[in-house]
Amino acid sequence: MPKLKEFIADFGWPRIIIFFFLISLFIAAPFVGVRLDASISDVLNRFGQYAILVLALVPMVQAGCGLNFGMALGIVAGLLGSTLSLQFGMKGMFGFLGAIVLATPFSLIFGFMYGKLLNKVKGEEMTIAMYVGFSFVMLMCIMWLILPYNNPTMVWGYAGKGLRTTISVENYWNKVLNDFLAIRIGRFFVFPTGLLLFVAAAAGGMWMFLRSKTGTAMTAVGSNPDYARASGISVDKMRTISVVLSTFLGAVGIIVYEQSFGFIQLYSAPSPMVFPAIAALLIGGASVNKATMVNVVVGTFLFQGLLTMTPSVINSILQTDMSEVIRIIVSNGMILYALTRKTKVTK
Amino acid sequence: MGQDSPLLALRAVSKDFYGNVVLQDVSFDLRAGEILGLVGENGAGKTTLMSILFGMPVIAETGGFKGSILIDGQEVHFGSPFDALDAGIGMVHQEFSLIPGFTTTENIVLNRESMRPSILNEVFGDRMSILDRSDMKKRSESAIAKLGVNLDPGMLVSEMPVGHKQFTEIAREISRKATRILVLDEPTAVLTESEADVLLATLKRLSSEGIAIIFISHRLKEVVDIADRIVVLRDGHAVKDVPAKGVSVRDIASWMVGRSMTDAAAASKDKLFGAEILSVEHLWVDMPGETVRDVSIRVRQGEILGIGGLAGQGKLGIPNGVMGLYPSGGVVTLQGKAVPLNEPRTALKAGMAFVSEDRRGVGLLLDESLDWNIAFTAMQIHGQYLKKIAGGLFTQRDEAGMKKLCEEYIQLLDIKCTGTKQKAKELSGGNQQKICLAKAFAMKPELLFVSEPTRGIDVGAKRLVLDTLRHYNRDYGTTIVMVSSELEELRSICDRIAIVDEGRIAGILPPTADIADFGLLMAGMKVDTTAEVANA
Repeated sequence: MPKLKEFIADFGWPRIIIFFFLISLFIAAPFVGVRLDASISDVLNRFGQYAILVLALVPMVQAGCGLNFGMALGIVAGLLGSTLSLQFGMKGMFGFLGAIVLATPFSLIFGFMYGKLLNKVKGEEMTIAMYVGFSFVMLMCIMWLILPYNNPTMVWGYAGKGLRTTISVENYWNKVLNDFLAIRIGRFFVFPTGLLLFVAAAAGGMWMFLRSKTGTAMTAVGSNPDYARASGISVDKMRTISVVLSTFLGAVGIIVYEQSFGFIQLYSAPSPMVFPAIAALLIGGASVNKATMVNVVVGTFLFQGLLTMTPSVINSILQTDMSEVIRIIVSNGMILYALTRKTKVTK
Repeated sequence: MGQDSPLLALRAVSKDFYGNVVLQDVSFDLRAGEILGLVGENGAGKTTLMSILFGMPVIAETGGFKGSILIDGQEVHFGSPFDALDAGIGMVHQEFSLIPGFTTTENIVLNRESMRPSILNEVFGDRMSILDRSDMKKRSESAIAKLGVNLDPGMLVSEMPVGHKQFTEIAREISRKATRILVLDEPTAVLTESEADVLLATLKRLSSEGIAIIFISHRLKEVVDIADRIVVLRDGHAVKDVPAKGVSVRDIASWMVGRSMTDAAAASKDKLFGAEILSVEHLWVDMPGETVRDVSIRVRQGEILGIGGLAGQGKLGIPNGVMGLYPSGGVVTLQGKAVPLNEPRTALKAGMAFVSEDRRGVGLLLDESLDWNIAFTAMQIHGQYLKKIAGGLFTQRDEAGMKKLCEEYIQLLDIKCTGTKQKAKELSGGNQQKICLAKAFAMKPELLFVSEPTRGIDVGAKRLVLDTLRHYNRDYGTTIVMVSSELEELRSICDRIAIVDEGRIAGILPPTADIADFGLLMAGMKVDTTAEVANA
């Protein structure tokens, strides 16, 4: 009994409630006419789609920069990379990897400048980051219109210039990861092997990075900057590295998302991508300055599972569309919960 | 009546904080127009005594005090500082309690402003009265005139030099009509010499007008100059209560620190020291509250050098500056090689290690495991406890190596914990201190700075920490520079003791030197330090 209590206290009530809610959704699914195999396939798919974006939050959390509310910067870098790859007509796996390579310089530059800014506002990173994200997305709204893209699949048909709000990657690199070594069982179940392998590789890389000398130093900076400084670590440098890494992974994350989703979404679309990622990490049990790979995997799975299952199951029961409402309540509620628990961490 | 009955009397005042006795049976009288000098080391109980006198809520919150306070022969009970103010006690604190954005006048008459009724009074009552600025100015000017100093009543506090702030505080206290007793806690600490002289002259004038003054200072010379009577506190006891006439600074100094000499002091007699290992020339360090102004000191290979002095004089700034944790300047040479300042990394790489006085703030990763805490610095500086992967392309933590190192120190230093993976925040203060030492030892330093190693830990742990330092010094030849505010501790372990006063080395003494000499150095007085020790 005390062990169970300890486990619950450690794992946190919200996670347990969400977990059992998700289980009950799976159990209820067949009774309201929702196919279980299709649901599981959907959950796996969405898990892979979002996992890298959630993973992108980890370095900044570990380095004590808080939750990256400004991940929109990384997403924009990814959008630049993917639109450029389409502009250059790169297709298939080459197009997907090309998009990542093209996004890299942008993400490094944005990340470096963003990191410098966050070093000037220590203690207020999350608030500042949110506004950096919002204002940068708005700046890019202008840029998407005036940048000289001319691929006909991307620009507005009537003007011949300015990018559309939604661009299909159908003829370029749609689902290249999802379909890589994919296993099909029956009509409704697809196991997205390539996508999950990519996620596993990224998470494994992050795990190894956090165990390296630099990764250890970064964690120490997040845990106690004064201790790190007294041990000869440049706190600002470590923080900048974490922000650059986070921004880069944000760019990779959105490209992975696009290939699975099938569309590049521009203009104000990056902003609403950030909150669900943060909520997922927090559901996974991360705090504002400690996050592990387990947090990423568990959190993304629970959160995306919830998002996949609620529309189909709840809507079938209630005969009304509640999915968006539930998504917003869960994601914002989770962020609120995590921020109030911030004091639990010893400073 | 008159001169014979004391204005203020303390009778057998005792106070403990959760069993830790800080004041024991303190009694003294204060007569009208008398200046009482109250002296004592840090932690002797001066501040607590003043908190009791002033009815500070912290006293009631921690269980009140024993004994009684009498004013004009009547026992009084102060529930809050307001009661003390009403009874005529004014207090000038060590830290300024002024509002920076207000003018001198506004600060002096704060919450006692002169009012003029306005039309709104009819409806809303007195709270809607209008400030009578000209009367306020008149009142503050009269208070300033009483002080006999030159203060601009319209100047903002934030734009004033420190000395003026101090005078503003005093003016505020004496502008209260009822003030008969004025308590000044270290009023000259922040003043220049000439400002201090003006202040002392002012205090003398105030006392001649019948105001009784309690003057707390570390500057013993001032106390001797100004006080009519001197009370010395030591470890919570009022050890002396004597008229100031005929008392020398030297007497006070030895009363302040005069504990019986403990064992082990002369253990260093037969020790041999090597060549000079560290030389510090004209070091200045900008560490808030512990400013170092101009320190030059040499450390010999294999010795334990103690650095003592009162709080705020800069002794803590020395190791923090040399290790690059606070902005500093000067020349630091370790084993003949210059060590650049303001770079913790180069200082560590050069072979120095530092156990910070701020254990929880700087010394530990509270949220990480013990093996991390101990191995981290060695890993980052010397590249130890890392495994190379893919031909040295990147590295991974050597968890097994870290665990082994941690277990070694747990055994060696007798650290009480559940294992190497326990979080540092879960240990007691003494065991946390041992972790900090282990972290420094794991660096295998040539020179170890230890800052306040026994602060806030119990007696048993203190002994172990000091024994460990002694052991490392004797058996591994580690040179140790130990900073501590506990003189007895320094005398029990060090080979030489430097006393820091106002950011400078006041003198270097052998641990066997007369206790009064240490007291004098701390008080900023010259002492004839024997040449051989000073130059060694």
